[in-house]
Parts: sequence; structure tokens; C-alpha cells
Amino acid sequence: MFESLSHLVLQQYWWIIISLLGSILVFLLFVQGGQTLIYTLGKTDIERRLIVNSLGRKWEFTFSTLVTFGGAFFASFPLFYSTSFGGAYWVWMLILFAFIIQAVSYEFRSKPNNFLGAKTYEVFLFINGMAGTILLGIVVATFFTGSEFSVNEMNFSKWEGAARGLELLLNPHNLSLGLAIFFLARVLAILYFMNNIDDENIFKRSKKQLIYNAIPFLVFFLVFVIWLMFINGFAYNPVSKNVSYESYKYLHNFLQMPLVLIIFVVGVVLVLLGIGKSIFTICTKGIWVAGAGTILTVLALFLLAGFNNTAFYPSTFDLQSSLTIENASSSKYTLKVMAYVSLMVPFVIAYIWYTWRAMNNKKIDAKEMEEDIHIY
Amino acid sequence: MIEHIDSALVDWSRAQFALTALYHWLFVPLTLGITFIIAFMETLYVKTGDPEWKKITKFWMTLFGINFAIGVSTGIILEFEFGTNWSNYSWFVGDIFGAPLAIEGIMAFFMESTFIAIMFFGWNKVSKKFHLLSTWLVAIGSNLSALWILIANGWMQSPVGMHFNPDTARNEMLDFLEVFLSPVGINKFLHTITSSYVLASVFVIGVSAWFLLKGREQLLAKRSIIIAAVFGLVSSLFLIYTGDGSAYQVAQKQPMKLAAMEGLYEGSEGAGLILLGMPTPGKEINDGQDDYVFKFEIPKLLSFLGYRNADAFVPGVKDIVEGGFEYEDKNGEIQIALSAMEKIEMGKLAINALSSYKKAKKVDDVVIQEESLIIFRENFKYFGYGFLNDPKSIIPNVPITFYSFHIMVALGFYFILIFALVLVFVFKGKLSNKKWLLRLAIITVPLAFIASLSGWIVAEVGRQPWTIQDLLPTVASVSQIDASAVQITFWLFTLVFTALLIAELKIMFKQIKIGPKEGGH
Repeated sequence: MFESLSHLVLQQYWWIIISLLGSILVFLLFVQGGQTLIYTLGKTDIERRLIVNSLGRKWEFTFSTLVTFGGAFFASFPLFYSTSFGGAYWVWMLILFAFIIQAVSYEFRSKPNNFLGAKTYEVFLFINGMAGTILLGIVVATFFTGSEFSVNEMNFSKWEGAARGLELLLNPHNLSLGLAIFFLARVLAILYFMNNIDDENIFKRSKKQLIYNAIPFLVFFLVFVIWLMFINGFAYNPVSKNVSYESYKYLHNFLQMPLVLIIFVVGVVLVLLGIGKSIFTICTKGIWVAGAGTILTVLALFLLAGFNNTAFYPSTFDLQSSLTIENASSSKYTLKVMAYVSLMVPFVIAYIWYTWRAMNNKKIDAKEMEEDIHIY
Repeated sequence: MIEHIDSALVDWSRAQFALTALYHWLFVPLTLGITFIIAFMETLYVKTGDPEWKKITKFWMTLFGINFAIGVSTGIILEFEFGTNWSNYSWFVGDIFGAPLAIEGIMAFFMESTFIAIMFFGWNKVSKKFHLLSTWLVAIGSNLSALWILIANGWMQSPVGMHFNPDTARNEMLDFLEVFLSPVGINKFLHTITSSYVLASVFVIGVSAWFLLKGREQLLAKRSIIIAAVFGLVSSLFLIYTGDGSAYQVAQKQPMKLAAMEGLYEGSEGAGLILLGMPTPGKEINDGQDDYVFKFEIPKLLSFLGYRNADAFVPGVKDIVEGGFEYEDKNGEIQIALSAMEKIEMGKLAINALSSYKKAKKVDDVVIQEESLIIFRENFKYFGYGFLNDPKSIIPNVPITFYSFHIMVALGFYFILIFALVLVFVFKGKLSNKKWLLRLAIITVPLAFIASLSGWIVAEVGRQPWTIQDLLPTVASVSQIDASAVQITFWLFTLVFTALLIAELKIMFKQIKIGPKEGGH
């Protein structure tokens, strides 16, 4: 079924898959957001235990999605993998360290004789929640703001930024998306707790915290998106492949790809609806509405960065070194093989959905924490 | 095409990758094996309805959970380090190497993480049978993940199914099935998982032996020992078979690694297999010293195992560096081996031809493009040698490879003895009285980890200086970063991993002491 597709169509197909994985990852970052709220929403030991266990049953989905996102990016756009990872060394290393300390923290936190003490593991979870979301947001923002690197004729890349990626942290636009993702993750976490934890106090505090986190999220998100509509973007000529600045490029992309604009608008509306309904009514399903909205919004942003002859990983050091879905991709054969592999994705989503429902059909409550099951 | 590379950078990058891989491998084999042991136990629980089996299952599940989390932590680093520290490699072979990593994520990680949630938290939420299915799927998922990463590793040891595209300056996949079914990859996978089953069996027997010594949890210990010893013994037989298969592949595809494994500097016909020996310290080629201080060998066995012919010539380190010996190529034709220097010269011709091709392409000089391509293709087989200058740089660290190999093999046979003894006494009902055997079983646990890590040291140190055999040495694979940056992250990783390892061991020992009575949770 993929045999007759051209290389370009396969490159577009894979950009959509990457975008989809990226957007699902951002939704699943609610686990990270929740980790920064353990003490804000949980005032007693049992409340904190409920929060940690509620998240602890989902952290591996986020982790697996991150790893798969990395693997799929490697397989489909290896030049991005080598350029960004090998170049922005310190940013990726910070992200890695933020994720090493997460995986063990759930398992070790409440176990006796755990060497570092429960508090340390809670701090680890907090660091992962904050650094993980902000840094991933910053890296995604560079799809629009660019980085300083060059790629030679052998496609070996060289980072020209002095601070090996740390310079990306100083760009206010990168930071605004990073912080937007951070507060979005907290918002989604709160909505998830309202849906998953059966505890009156946590529910009340969640409602209050939802407002406190939704406002900064909206501010940072709007600042980023409005700025994005007015900047010069990185366009390439589909024939000569020459990269150049184009005024209002991303606004043009929206207008020239109305479907992407619709996805974006629907996404944003759903996020607002999910938040609004949870604040103003007793609705506990906000996570699903806002979650679906998050996936659509992030999907639209990724498509904005990579489609319509746009360089998705621009170099501000040397425009012609910028990466596009055409020059950074794997060979046609590999993309085709991987396209067949991607047919497994709906199957994977189906069994995740099925087991998620089996596990979440009853809210987690204090009684369950006493049962003879695995408790974090 | 590669600017001057600081050798300290290569060394620190290698050290960092080795550190991560070794720490990762402290945890993974136990996961690969114990998930199956747990699945056997839970199957017995579901079949018999005996609550004791449930208690046993849950006890081992708790130990598995502690071990699993830290394996996940170290695993993500390995994947990302290909990009952060080996970025040239990531481009040069990403078209082939990325695919198994992505498939691993889609096919294995989600299966593992989805069903592990049911395995741990779903006891009261799903039916017994669905829970059992989940436990099996966790075992299958973790082993599937091993399949894909070992296919990737096998491909690095023996690259197949691809061609070099001079326009993109990288290797591109031509035949997925050839990559997937590569005998090196398949053997590596089978050998690795069976060794992990042995390790997990040794672990379960060791912990159970401790209970028996303390006079606690008799039923749990005996039942666990029976399952683990049978599983371990059967796995050991496969381990010998897959070990033979792996060594045969090494002989065919990586003769230098085989020579290093055996400490063989001077090749010979009808070469023997060293049972016990000591390579001469500081030995170099042509220094007139004997290869070994002493050795006990089984005559002709190395020739037989490596080439299925007791009189076959096994080249030593010196032969491979200097060339000139006869060998049979993959088409069955007799060839005279080139020296490392000749290969280096050919590699440099290939690299220069690629540069000229690129320059000619820029100015649209079709004639030079074609001429360059012809030279490039003639010499591409030794492309990676072009990055080297000294013929001796193709020699891996012989003592490390030799000792790791022999420690691994000796321990592998020792484990068979332990499994057999434990089984005999447990069936005779006398195991609890055999304090010496119980103590031995406990001491054997760390030995299983040593054997498993040694296996990886043989595989990875033995293939130096290559990341991709003959095509890309480490010196050309590395990201161009300051060596000091890698040095900093190396020490940070050391600190974090060591702290987590200490925490893991302390928690594990405590949970074993607590035992299954409180459900272990």
C-alpha cells in the first residue's frame, strides 16, 4: 500500500507521524505536571500518596512515548537526530538527567531503606516535572526560532552556538513556549486528578489551582503564538531547495493550509472548553476534552513547522544548512519499510485504550491504598 | 572529511557509553529472565488456584519492579547517546540503525509499559486470566525489545543489507529482511536472552537459598528453586548452542575479535582452544615473546568451532595485521588476505574519491564524478580503514577481551553444575541440609552478573576500533564536542548511576529480608 508513494509523500507521512507522537507526548506530560503539584494539592501523607499513585500508573506511557518519539525521529529524520542531539549537547543532557531520576523515584520513594530518603525522590519528581517540560518546550520552540549550526557536504553537522545548546535557554520566545508547556502540563494534571482521584480535599484544591495555572499557561501560549504570526519564517524553494527568510511565513502557512488552521483552532477551543467546564461546572471529564485539544494544537504547530516548504530545523548560522523534511530524512526504502511498521500504531493505541479503561473505570481512593497490590 | 579529532574526546565518549551500557546491563538481564519465571509461577497459580503460588508470584514481582525501573532509566540514555555523543555515526548509518530503535519503541516498550501497569496494579481490577496474559505480555514485550536492539547491535558487528549512497554520504538500507535476519544479529539475540534466563535463574536460586539457610519460607524457596533450576538448566543448554553459533559468526565476520578472545598472536592450522591460560603481559606483535605465559588447550578445537574443520587455519593478530594468508570468502573462493596497511591505503582512496566526487558534483563535472565513483566503489569495502593511520590500531585490547571471554565461558559451565546439583538435592528432599550448596548458590549470584557483563565486554571491546565493522571507526563516529564537556557528563552519570545502584541494592536486600509475608509491597 505504500509501494507507489513518492519519496516526498513518505517524508510528509513521516512528518505527520512524528507530529502525532510529539503531540501525544505533550498530552502525556500531564504526569510531569502532576509531579510538580504533589505538595500543592496533597496536604497529608495519604493525599500525597493518592497523587503519586495516580500518576505512578501512567508515567511509563509518557516515558515510552518519549523514547518512541526519539526512536521514530532517528529512523525517519536522522540528520535532525545527529545535528540536534550532538549539537545542543547540554540541553539534551539536562533533559536526560531530568528523566533518569524520574523512573526510579516512583518505585523507590515509599520503599524502606531507600538510601536517599522519600523527600529526595519527591524532589527528583519535581525536577523532572519542571525541567522536563520546560526544556522539551524550548527544544520544540527552536523549530521556529532556529539554532546556530552548520552541515558540511558530507552531512556531518557542527554546532556553532557557543554554549552547546544552553544559549537556547536565553531566547525569550523559546522560554515562553517552554513555560507554556510547563503550565499546560500542570493544567492537564489537575484535570486528570479531578477525573481519577476520589478525594474531596484534592478535588477542591484542584479547582482552585486550575485557575492559577490556566492563566499563566494562556499568557505564555498567546505571547508565543501571536509573536509567531508576525516573524520571518524559514522557507525553502521546492525546486532549488534554497532556504530564505519569508515575512509572516507561519501566518502564511496557516492561510495556505486551512486544514491545519482548523485543527489548530479546534484544538485551542477544546483546551479552553476543557478548562472552562472544569472551573465553572462539576464536570470531571475535562482531561479528555483538554487532552484532545492539546493533541490537536500541538499537531498543528508541528505541521506548521515542517509543511508548506518550511525548514523545520532552521539554522540561523547558515540558512542553507537548515534541515527540511526533504534533506534530513531517511531514504525512500527505509521510510517505506517504516511506514508499514507504523501500521502497528492503531493496534498499540487500541490495547492502551482498552487497558486504560480497565484500570481507570474506578477512581483511585484511600481504601485502595490499603489493598494488597503494588503501592508506590 | 573529518577534522582533527581529539583522542581524549574519543576516549571519554567511549568511556561514557561503556559506563551507561554496563550499568544498563546490570539490570536488564534480570528483567529479561525473571519475567518468564514470574509468568511460569502465575500460570501455576491460575491452573491450581493455590494461594501459595500467588504469594510466590507477588514476591518475585516486587523484586522485579525494583529492578525494572532502574533498567528503564539507564536505557533511555543509551538511545539518546547515539545522538549526543556519536552524531556522525547517527548520520552515517541512521538510515538503517534508526529503524530497529523505532520498532523497539512501537512494538516492545508500549507492550511492556501497558501490561506492567496491569501486572502490578490490576490484581483486583481485571480477571485472573487477563492478569496472567498481561504478565506473559510483559515477559514477551521485554524480550522483544531485546530482539530489536540486538538486531541493531548485530548489524554494527556485521553490516549487511545496505549500500553507500555518495550523494547523501551515508549508508542506506536496501533489504530490511537481510538486516533483520542477519545470522550475527539472530545469534546475538538468542545468546543474550538465554544468558539472561540463566542469570535470572541463578538470582532466584540464590535468594531462595538464603531463605532456606535462615529456615524461612521453605515452600516458597523450594518451589522457586525447582522452577528456576529447570529453567536455568534448559536455558544453559541453549546457551552453549547459541554461544557456539555466536563464536562461529565471530570467526567468519570478525576474525580479529576471535584472535583477541583467544590471545592468539600467531595463527596456525588446527588451532587449539585455550581452556586455561595467561597471555604474556605487554605482548605486542613481532616482539619475539611467546603468546602465553602458560596455557592448557584442547587441540584443534578452535579451528573446528570457528571453521567447522579441525585443520582449518585460524589467523592470529599478527596475521590479520600483516595479511598474506589464504582464506575462503563468502562465495567460497580462496583469497589472499590484505595487510592492514593495504586496507588503510584503500580506505584513504575511497575517502578521497568521495571528496572528489562531491567537489565535481558542485561544479557539474560529470567525467570526474564518474571516475571518482569507480575508485570509490572499488575501495569502499575498506572505507573505515581510511580514517586510521597505524596498522596496529586495528588491534583491540587483547588481555581484556581474552580474560572476559574465558571468565564468561568458565562461569557458564559452572552454572550448569550448580543447577544440576540443586535439582538433584531438591528432588531428594535434602537441599535444606546442604548448607555448603546453599551458601555456594548465594555466592553464585554476583558471579552471574560478572559473566553477563563479561559477555558484553568481549563483544564490544573485542570489535574495537570499529563502531561499524570495517566501515566506521570510533574516531570518525564521535560528536565534535569539547572533551571536557563529555568528561563532566561522564562523572555526573557515574555519580547518579552509582547512587541509584546503591539505593536499588539497599531496597532489594531489605525487601528480601522482609520476605513475602507482608505481600512485599
